[in-house]
Amino acid sequence: MAENKRKVLIADDEPNIVTALEFLLGRAGYEVRCAANGDEALALIESFAPDLVLIDIMMPGKSGYEVCQRIRERPEWRHVKIVMVSAKGRDAEISKGMSLGADLYVTKPFSTQELIAAVDRLLARPE
Amino acid sequence: MLHGWVIVATSFAYLGLLFAIAYYADKRADAGQSVIASPYIYSLSLAVYATAWTFYGSVGRAANDGVGFLPIYLGPTLMIALWWIVLRKILRISKRNRITSLADFVASRYGKSALLGGVVTIIAVIGIIPYISLQLKAVSNSFTILVQYPEIVMPAKVAAQPVFADTALWVALILALFTIAFGTRHLDAAEHHQGMVAAIAFESLVKLLAFLAVGAFVTFGIYDGFGDVFARAAADPKLLPLLTPLEGVAGGYASWVWLTILSMLAIMFLPRQFQVAVIENLDERHLKKAIWLFPAYMLAINIFVLPIAFGGRLHFPAGDVDADTFVLTLPMVERKELLALLVFIGGLSAATGMVIVETIALSTMVCNDLVMPVLLRMKRLRLNERPDLTGLLLGIRRGAIILVLLLGYLYFRLAGEAYALVSIGLISFAAVAQFAPAILGGIFWKGGTRRGALAGLLAGFGVWLYTLLLPAFARSGWLPLSLLEHGPFGIELLKPLALFGLAGLDQITHAMLWSMIANVGLYVGVSLAGTQSAEERRQASVFVDVFRYEAGGARFWRGTASARDLYSLLARFIGGAGADAAFAEYARATGTRWPEQEPVVDAEFVHFVETQLAGAIGAASARIMVASVAKEEALTLDEVSELLDEASQVVVYSHKLEQKSRELEAATAELRAANERLKELDRLKDDFMSTVTHELRTPLTSIRAFSEILLADPKVDLAERKKFLGIITRETERLTRLINQVLDLAKIESGRAEWRITRVDLCTTVSDVVTQMSQVFKEKSVALNMRLPPHAVWVDVDEDRLLQVLLNLLSNALKFSPAGSGRVDVDVTAIDGAVRVDVRDNGPGIRPEDQAVIFDKFRQVGDTLTNKPAGTGLGLHISRQIVEHFGGRLWVESRPGEGACFSFTLPVAAAPAAAGETKEVSWPKTSARS
Repeated sequence: MAENKRKVLIADDEPNIVTALEFLLGRAGYEVRCAANGDEALALIESFAPDLVLIDIMMPGKSGYEVCQRIRERPEWRHVKIVMVSAKGRDAEISKGMSLGADLYVTKPFSTQELIAAVDRLLARPE
Repeated sequence: MLHGWVIVATSFAYLGLLFAIAYYADKRADAGQSVIASPYIYSLSLAVYATAWTFYGSVGRAANDGVGFLPIYLGPTLMIALWWIVLRKILRISKRNRITSLADFVASRYGKSALLGGVVTIIAVIGIIPYISLQLKAVSNSFTILVQYPEIVMPAKVAAQPVFADTALWVALILALFTIAFGTRHLDAAEHHQGMVAAIAFESLVKLLAFLAVGAFVTFGIYDGFGDVFARAAADPKLLPLLTPLEGVAGGYASWVWLTILSMLAIMFLPRQFQVAVIENLDERHLKKAIWLFPAYMLAINIFVLPIAFGGRLHFPAGDVDADTFVLTLPMVERKELLALLVFIGGLSAATGMVIVETIALSTMVCNDLVMPVLLRMKRLRLNERPDLTGLLLGIRRGAIILVLLLGYLYFRLAGEAYALVSIGLISFAAVAQFAPAILGGIFWKGGTRRGALAGLLAGFGVWLYTLLLPAFARSGWLPLSLLEHGPFGIELLKPLALFGLAGLDQITHAMLWSMIANVGLYVGVSLAGTQSAEERRQASVFVDVFRYEAGGARFWRGTASARDLYSLLARFIGGAGADAAFAEYARATGTRWPEQEPVVDAEFVHFVETQLAGAIGAASARIMVASVAKEEALTLDEVSELLDEASQVVVYSHKLEQKSRELEAATAELRAANERLKELDRLKDDFMSTVTHELRTPLTSIRAFSEILLADPKVDLAERKKFLGIITRETERLTRLINQVLDLAKIESGRAEWRITRVDLCTTVSDVVTQMSQVFKEKSVALNMRLPPHAVWVDVDEDRLLQVLLNLLSNALKFSPAGSGRVDVDVTAIDGAVRVDVRDNGPGIRPEDQAVIFDKFRQVGDTLTNKPAGTGLGLHISRQIVEHFGGRLWVESRPGEGACFSFTLPVAAAPAAAGETKEVSWPKTSARS
């Protein structure tokens, strides 16, 4: 019997991508919630308390960077894994994301297999 | 025995003797062996101060005023004590600057001002005329008296004699000729008249001897010595007052003081005194002996004045004999014919001495300082062409001599009887005293300016005219006496003899007081209030500091001149021989040879030539001539001008530098700005690239993701499969659209787009688009209306592109129109020369700050790329590019809450020639453009 499912939050303003990610992660056995912008994402983190967050950088309102920063500001969310997903792939952006405290930076378009594998890895329970 | 012809013959013989002496002296001078280079001769020549006035007038004055005649001789004696300071300085200055006359001195000091020289000349001439008339009167009167021998008859009033029988006129004419012969035989560069000086010295001896003779005769011949004469005078109640110094003098202390001061000034500033003391001086060292020799002479000639005076009074108690004539009448009455003749010659000697020197001095001034400057300025070109001007100069001087003497005679006729001799003389003294402030001030005070000197001179002279000359004419009947009694126009305060109510002074004192107040006051006041020119300042320094600097000193001069030009200039005025001599002298001094080597024309040389020239025509005229020949760049030579020149060059250079550096700065700023712009463009390009990348990657992400999902999991249920495949398809389309637009934009912007321009009926195109979009409008329940003009509107466009624009605008309008209540109007209006298409919606409108921005790349309403309405953000940008390519404009008008109206204009073309050129609109070739 699976233990408590790990919770993943998806934040992206592109509905199609949200749909894809939702399906993928759902099929991979995670509990998934979706946010369409940064504020929604932060609110859901409070209420949903995910273990991992998939954030798109280019979002209306708060950007992905800001959300990342906010998450890292809270000591109680230290354990939350942050995966930044973005079409912006320049080195500067990647290092910015990592320095803000992201655990992983994935550029779009991504390989679905690789993404799921990465999420599994990050949320791996010591067996 | 003393017939008229005897007297005349003796006189002519005497004059002949004088002429011979002068001739001899001149000859020796030309040979370089001067006979007059002796301090004794110098001192004797100074004695020209004692004229017929001394000879006759002192006795006349003493007979009426006793000791009161003395101030006139006290003055010079006192002055001589100051000579070592004053005269020596004037001597040094004059030598160094080759001063040729009194006027030249003044003119030179105040910046080589020709005007001042002219004024001084005029004052001198007018002032001396009474003095000359005095001499004429003395000679003619003495002749008249002597000719009556043995009778003692006083000369009748002058007016009674017709002109041509007037002895005085003949005397004047003869003296004029004599003077011309004496002084204008040739021009001397330094205005030396050695012959004249020799003759004058001789004359001084003659008159001294004559006076001593008659004095001795009277004192020891008629009476028994001084004691006897004075005792007898004291015994006479009428004569007693004369023996007491102060009471015997009219006017008391004040009179004495002013008379002394007057004569002190006269010994310096009478033109003849200046001439013999300064101009004719050959050696400064002669001054040392003169300082005691001259007072000795004065003493000698005055010893017997009182005895003769008292003797005369005692001899002619009735007062019917003029005291002025005692020197002559006493020997006459005692039947001493030879003595009387000697006295007459003595008087003649005194008179001729004065007249000769005075008129030569005056003629020099008139020529150099009055006439020549005017002539040089007036007919400058013509004078320059005359090769030899010596004839002209001599002619002017001769004319001046005749003029002065005739004026003297005229005065004699008009006003000569108004006063006794002494008073006439004092009037002249007062005139030349006006030079004192300008000259004394000039040599001790650097602050004296030209204007100050001019003001002082004119004021003093004016007062002199009014207080002394005017009354003389009034007293002689030429002006109404009421002028003297009640003042001009009855203004009592302006009475010539009691100005501003100052009465009780004798006329001379009164005149001196007021004229000196005016003169000195204005001289000092105007000098202090004004400024000096550079030339003035230089001359002031040259004059005042003459003992401090040796001759020479640095000179600055800029100009072009050739030695040849300067030579011919000099020759013109002093003759070829004179010029040769001068150049040779200069060559010797500078160690070169003339004429083998041409002298270097530098500042020193030009100065030399100028001073040589000044010797002939005065400093002011010399300045003008040299300047005109040398084509100087500035007429005033300023010590600083060269420095200023350098300084100004430096300034110009530094200006250029400044300019260069400013230009450099500007260029740098431009470069910086260009760099900024480039960086900005670079950034924009980067932004664009990253935006495009982002835009491309987003749909790709969905496509890939869903493709992978479907591939990885065959067990996805049908509904989801359909959904996913739909997304894939749609995203592919989106991607394609984007790629197309980006490429399109790239092509348009780089100018590589293909434009197929044809003439199209806009109305047809619009209605086609409306028809095309009507379906999709209906789906959203947004009304779509169209208004077209009745006729065709032809435009030259690429039809596909026009369609693109219209579709873009309509789809935007649709996007922002509220569903159900939305309404979009398309209006086509013709305005002159153009057509306007408006696409109006009733959506939310666009904020003003967004209106400018929406035509930018990737900008859509709302924040950049954050609201994500459907679309790429490139549509409007591309539309604008297209419209502008067609020569039109695309803009928006909108107010938030009141919808938006996008409008564009296109230039209208004429109808196509053939109907076959209209094109039917077909569906757009590619799938939807947004």
